[in-house]
Amino acid sequence: MSAKKNVVVIGNGMVGYKFCEKFVAKSGSGDFQLVVFGEEPRPAYDRVHLSEYFTTKDESLLTMATLDWYLDNNIQLFLGDPIVYIDREGKTVTSLKGEKVSYEKLVFATGSSAFVPKIEGVEKDGIFVYRTIEDLDMTIDYAKKCKTGAVIGGGLLGLEAAKALMDLKLDTHVIEFAPRLMPRQIDEEGGQVLKDKMESLGTKIHLNKNTSFFGGDATVKSMNFADGSVLNVDIVVISAGIKPRDELAIKFGLEVGPRGGILVNDKLETSDKDIYAIGECALHGGMIYGLVAPGYEMADIVAEQILNIGEKEFKAFDMSTKLKLMGVDVASYGDAFGTSEDHDAIVYKDKIKGVYKRINISKDGKRLIGGILIGDAADYNMHLQMVKNKLVLPPNPEDLILGARNGASAHAGAGVAALPDDAVICSCENITKGAICKAVEEGDLNKVDEIISCTKAGSGCGGCKPMLVDLLKDTMKKMGKTVKNHLCEHFAYSRQELYDIVKVNDIKTYGSLLVKYGKGHGCEVCKPAVASILASTFNEMILKKPHQTLQDSNDRFLANIQRGGTYSVVPRIPGGEITPEKLIVIGEVAKKYNLYTKITGGQRIDLFGARVDQLPDIWEELVNAGFESGHAYAKSLRTVKSCVGSTWCRFGVQDSVSFAIEVEERYRGLRAPHKLKSAVSGCTRECAEAQSKDFGIIATDKGWNLYLCGNGGIKPQHAILFASDIDKETCLKYIDRFLMFYIKTADPLTRTATWLNKMEGGIEYLRDVIINDSLGICSQLEREMDFMVETYQCEWKEVVNNPELRKRFKAFVNVQEPDNQLAWADLRGQKFPEGWGTKYAVAKGLK
Amino acid sequence: MSTIVDTWVKVCKTSDIPENGGACALLGDKQIAIFNYTITNEWFATDNLCPHKQQMAISRGMIGSHGEECEPKVACPFHKKTFSLKSGECLSGDDYKINTYEIKIEGDDVYLRV
Repeated sequence: MSAKKNVVVIGNGMVGYKFCEKFVAKSGSGDFQLVVFGEEPRPAYDRVHLSEYFTTKDESLLTMATLDWYLDNNIQLFLGDPIVYIDREGKTVTSLKGEKVSYEKLVFATGSSAFVPKIEGVEKDGIFVYRTIEDLDMTIDYAKKCKTGAVIGGGLLGLEAAKALMDLKLDTHVIEFAPRLMPRQIDEEGGQVLKDKMESLGTKIHLNKNTSFFGGDATVKSMNFADGSVLNVDIVVISAGIKPRDELAIKFGLEVGPRGGILVNDKLETSDKDIYAIGECALHGGMIYGLVAPGYEMADIVAEQILNIGEKEFKAFDMSTKLKLMGVDVASYGDAFGTSEDHDAIVYKDKIKGVYKRINISKDGKRLIGGILIGDAADYNMHLQMVKNKLVLPPNPEDLILGARNGASAHAGAGVAALPDDAVICSCENITKGAICKAVEEGDLNKVDEIISCTKAGSGCGGCKPMLVDLLKDTMKKMGKTVKNHLCEHFAYSRQELYDIVKVNDIKTYGSLLVKYGKGHGCEVCKPAVASILASTFNEMILKKPHQTLQDSNDRFLANIQRGGTYSVVPRIPGGEITPEKLIVIGEVAKKYNLYTKITGGQRIDLFGARVDQLPDIWEELVNAGFESGHAYAKSLRTVKSCVGSTWCRFGVQDSVSFAIEVEERYRGLRAPHKLKSAVSGCTRECAEAQSKDFGIIATDKGWNLYLCGNGGIKPQHAILFASDIDKETCLKYIDRFLMFYIKTADPLTRTATWLNKMEGGIEYLRDVIINDSLGICSQLEREMDFMVETYQCEWKEVVNNPELRKRFKAFVNVQEPDNQLAWADLRGQKFPEGWGTKYAVAKGLK
Repeated sequence: MSTIVDTWVKVCKTSDIPENGGACALLGDKQIAIFNYTITNEWFATDNLCPHKQQMAISRGMIGSHGEECEPKVACPFHKKTFSLKSGECLSGDDYKINTYEIKIEGDDVYLRV
């Protein structure tokens, strides 16, 4: 081992990792060698967002830093290897696998384990805790054969676990010992509102319930309560609190509290001054801090102490918190119960909407001391800042929770501009408003993502992101900058703005839009973008004058341009289903025009090598045989793939082919900011690969699961489960809304995955818009989609039957000759372009 | 090698060229791209050959304008290399250029001199 002094960290959880990050960032010269021992087999991951693992099953999304990060920063990381022995005299630790390391300073970041109450039968199979990825994997696996699940604990973690059981499609019960949910964070009335809301979402809540024993033989079958009642269950998840991991500390003589937790002073030193304890294993001032923010603060303080660069001490930490439980906002901040001083509480309650708000106002009416927000916590950050910075309240403090009335602004005197520079915006990383504004100004930052990577603000729980957006806008405004998202040099508007302009002013041509709202003669960026907007709004034939020359190369000739300048032809084959008669037609056409044929990735057939003058003739034959344009050339719906489904497949649970055909025929020809792909699978085996599509549908035995915003391509991204077990009508309704909302708001050439990635609020926001109609636009979106569906026409049928349009499909305006410059070669019995396909290119040897 | 006569040649009607767009004419064995801007009634002629990948494609490109001076331009449909319709210079940073040719309109006839 190196000659450097070792700092050994026991535990590689969120706080242990954060200590390493802070330590590396602060230690300039590197006098110390960091050595980390973790009990779990993987590097530190984000436990706060653990419930997301139930839907994504992707642990990489939770990882705090990759193994490369530890390597790059010269940190020795031992995983799956807990410390079992500490020699405090000789200052060495020894791991389970026998690794013996000396230390200058030792840091306990052992965290906590789930508190398991001593209930008779708790050892039975089917009873789990909710703590690690292993716990989750075991729970997910076991839940496959279960129908009913119960969570013990109606606190923050318990409700998180309940959400996970709901996601696993279990009939979910929550058992709480106390008379209300989240007894530590919210008051009785708030608890009642939260309970009603959770029950309306399908979770059954049982309060005042004390479990006396678990019934069943080897596996759990029931929960039997002290009041004599019984609940039959197949699986139980215990989430009744945490227990500090202090057993190693106890074994080697460190002082612990009477109810557990390693005792630390304000410097976070344990009873041995060479040993620190941080995070959930530490007991400070009689408190165990079960949130990440105080843990991170502790990590920061200890890193500075060891490096001898700071005198900071740990003070009682604000336990304000905001979270989303099953989609319901719950926040509690400052002195939520008003126990610290005399106060007046203002309460707003809306039982129908499930909203409860309480603010505690100091007796003199000048300060906010704390509060509770349930159902709508949009104002949490602002309220919290008012508490922390002792901001003076507006004259009518009730405006804080009732919103603007009589035309007054609800945020009079509020807003980020009113905050002092030392206001802490990101409490996870302890970053102030001043630091963020400075970074924006000096780094010339334009995006929230840039603030996050530059300052680390918002990289923890992410709760402060809305404030970062406001701060960014505010600072940029002060700097005289505007947030620009202009389409191109010819239009000083974003695509979304242009869409609204076109719609509101009923502008039907590019020319009139350019005259009124643009400048110059346009370009290859704005022309197709506007052409797409016009098509998505009025659905006129795209080759009609004056739209024709706005179209991108492929749209202009309704085919895909290929090497040499010939085109490929893709007839629509909805759902990939085709009759032998139609297959023969395609074969005959390909043979007659000597076209190279290939099966595409989207379950149809591509015919390559057609000259522009041949296109109408080829399509005439295809249209006469009943084919339609496949829009392979367009930024619009391409294909809806399907697997064969329940009509043939012995595993299939629904008729995926019929649904795929219905979906493809509904959205065929729909122009969008980018191409759209879809698929329908007939069972969970997912042979149609629906989860890699913009919208994918997977059959369940109860209906259909809808996945949104996936894509293959350069950066593949899985689609996200959007709604479960819905019927066909609901599924189509959601897709209607989703597609129109995407068409209205996306930037040009932005696939749905990227669109979602950039969306403030992400999938939850999208759900709110599409399922809960939070913007109140759903009926309009549906009307617009109905219009698109009703006005669909096959573009190729139109061209074939229209001599004027047909005339445009020829090589030369002055002679009836085909292009004489094409160069062909032969490969496996079919023709293909030689090199770049023209005689000029061949002569130059272009590859 | 066919001979190209150094005189004005009538190639087509103005209506043969799409509004605010282009089409191709064949003169001898040379392919010439013809463009027009309807609003300003400006006409341009260039090579149909894009020097980037030697594709016969310029006439199928989208036209527009570049910069405050409203330099007329065309973007090749293959890889969106853009060229000035006045000078033939590549405007997207490459050092090749296309040839431009004289064009005139008489009545509703389009004439080229190549």
